[in-house]
Amino acid sequence: MSTFAAVVLFLGVVAYAVLGGADYGAGFWDLTAGGARRGREPRHLIDETLAPVWEANHVWLIFCLVMLWTGFPEAFAAITTTLYVPLGLAALGIVVRGSGFAFRKVVVRTDQQRVTGAAFATSSVITPFFLGTVAGGIASGRVPTGGSGDPVTSWVNPTSLLGGVLAVGVCAFVAAVFLTAEAWRRPVPAAELERRKIADLGRWFRRRAQLSALVTGAIALAGIAILRADSPRLFDGLVSRGLPFVLVSEVCGLAALILLGRAAPRVLQGLAVTAAGTVVVGWGVAQYPYVLGTHLTIAEAAAPPPTLWALTIVAAVALAVVVPALGLLFSLQQRGQLESH
Amino acid sequence: MTVDWVLAADPEQLLPARQQMAFTLGFHIILVPFGVAFTFLMLIANYRGLKRGDDTALLLARRWSQVAAVLFAVGAVSGTVLSFELGLLWPGLMGTYGAAFGIPFAIEGLFFFIEAIFVAIYIYGWERMKPWPHFWTGVPVVLSGIGGTSSVVAANAWMNQPDGFTMRNGEVVDVRPMDVLLNDAFGYEALHMLLAAYMVAGFTVAGVYAVGMLRGRRDRYHRLGLLIPLTVAAIATPMQIVVGDVAAREVFHNEPAKFAAIEALYETDTHVPEVLGGYYADDDVHYGVHIPWGASILSGYVPSTEIRGLEEVPTEVRPTDRAVTIVHLSFDVMVGIGMALLGLSAWFGWSWWRRRDLPRSKWFLRATAVSGVAAIVAMEAGWVVTEVGRQPWTVVGHLLTRDAVTTEGNIWLLYTATLVLYTAVGAATLYVLGLMRRRWRAADDPTVPYGPSAVGEERT
Repeated sequence: MSTFAAVVLFLGVVAYAVLGGADYGAGFWDLTAGGARRGREPRHLIDETLAPVWEANHVWLIFCLVMLWTGFPEAFAAITTTLYVPLGLAALGIVVRGSGFAFRKVVVRTDQQRVTGAAFATSSVITPFFLGTVAGGIASGRVPTGGSGDPVTSWVNPTSLLGGVLAVGVCAFVAAVFLTAEAWRRPVPAAELERRKIADLGRWFRRRAQLSALVTGAIALAGIAILRADSPRLFDGLVSRGLPFVLVSEVCGLAALILLGRAAPRVLQGLAVTAAGTVVVGWGVAQYPYVLGTHLTIAEAAAPPPTLWALTIVAAVALAVVVPALGLLFSLQQRGQLESH
Repeated sequence: MTVDWVLAADPEQLLPARQQMAFTLGFHIILVPFGVAFTFLMLIANYRGLKRGDDTALLLARRWSQVAAVLFAVGAVSGTVLSFELGLLWPGLMGTYGAAFGIPFAIEGLFFFIEAIFVAIYIYGWERMKPWPHFWTGVPVVLSGIGGTSSVVAANAWMNQPDGFTMRNGEVVDVRPMDVLLNDAFGYEALHMLLAAYMVAGFTVAGVYAVGMLRGRRDRYHRLGLLIPLTVAAIATPMQIVVGDVAAREVFHNEPAKFAAIEALYETDTHVPEVLGGYYADDDVHYGVHIPWGASILSGYVPSTEIRGLEEVPTEVRPTDRAVTIVHLSFDVMVGIGMALLGLSAWFGWSWWRRRDLPRSKWFLRATAVSGVAAIVAMEAGWVVTEVGRQPWTVVGHLLTRDAVTTEGNIWLLYTATLVLYTAVGAATLYVLGLMRRRWRAADDPTVPYGPSAVGEERT
């Protein structure tokens, strides 16, 4: 029963990491797209692609928070009383990001777009970083069962920092793959390209996808050494039970890197999503059966059975109602039925 | 003295934590009506536009959907902050009671999912979708707004009248989800908030067009922009007065301490006067206007109705004098504004019934212009009544606020950062809305296939 609730919660984490992560990554490319003139086209594509879906993708975070505090209230309190610094910063980042994005769509003057865009893009990088450090703090067992762990070392430590950097890297990679596909799906007329003196947008994002795949892969490799030294128990889990998932992730990431520019966009998107998702699943499997590090088990932290039943019903309804609705949103988006102008 | 005793026992985090929560909740709550009720106004305009081939109504619907997009985004992120804050500021509440308290939130999460999905489809579907299917994608937005608001209010109502769980050794050991959800305060609190949302959205939007009409823009566009929201608000207002009356009587029966604070009453008594205004100190109200027997008659229909005073609340859990004054005055503000808005609604209704037209007086437009701000103030005051009126409890009878608050970190720092950030976001929101209005006013070509293109077209 409690395991089921934990699985539902964790599926939410995976969904947020992949879907929300792709949105954060788009912000990363927005930030690094260059000056107002040079970055105009990539930013425009990011705007168009993100606008209809980012709020729905964002709800996964709320879903995770709610599942955590209802299903595992003790663990939730332990996490918030320990990791309040990165959590507080992530919360502020979320406000800046969402409002910055919404405002940029409306303002027209370049200087105003620059301010709102910078707010959106910077916080798109900062927020997943802090959320990554939170994951690292939990995974490496730095959140004590009773809460109130060290407010600094719980998230400023090798595993947490690895989590933060890896989160930013994975987000950037997934986003670049998605945006490559989007760029090909929405071709800009040649005359328009000529007028604006820009190269093929698809190629622009493809290069970035390849680059981020290489960098993220390198960080992940370095991460093995870091985890082994800093969080041996998590490391053990990752190289035993979690290993298949880590391998799948590596293979998919590598395949995406090789096939970029050759395979169909849908295949690439699938590979990128799998690569990102299996990393997170690997973490979950490695940590099982614990909610916090390797000291508080799912069963110990779980709410009374009736609460878990209520959550199960909510999850079932979500499966029946939310998933098809999300499917509708994504398919309308992919078919170009949702355009802001 | 009692007051000193309570203050001395308070952890240092309590004050900034409460202020931070009050500020962020107070900010978020203003945006709620625009996600919940404004979308309904938008659909009415859309329906009218499609049914009667009314281009003006379609133009309004389209523009309102763009305003809704901005406000929904800010509302979504400020709402997310609240879920972080529940853990960051109140771990004593979430760690111990999350198993019960969380259930309404889980349901709210579902509704919010649906809302976010269909809001996006509706807002971005104007140009490419067929008109009627597009209209129908707006319906789940309105329904999930109602469902989501009710769920969140269920959680709040549970804090006022907790039900559906058993405590053993400081732990929640058994939960009855349906009793948690359908606690005694749920029904009227949810209705009260929903009607407040419809009033705030209705009066605010009507107010915007009233200002335009006062400045001489009396075209059909402005008339319709005023009529649709004002009609909704004018229907919601009398209903709200009835629900509010029921709510007050329920509080009288089930939350005597809160009711005593509302009436600023120390001694349990019959033939209690209704005191308007004034402040509470040393067990008495000073400088209020007394209406003989008023409070007793309002709460039990007869002057002999006994109202329990604050003296019956054990001193260690008695609200401070300042809290009582705040609750008492907030209640007066809420009811006073409610009555004024009822008057405005009646004025509008009478004129419409007699002449199928708005009242001709300029004062009507002036009153409508300020009605939105007034409705927002009333809604905020109402939340102050229910939240401050519960103090010093977070979960009445179970958990004191000082035991719920975190002991970690320097909250003043977080609070300052939040104040700065929210002020900037609030100012930017108003600026951006003003920008949209100016752009629309400048646009002289409102003709369109289905919906007009508007915001952002200059960008490409």
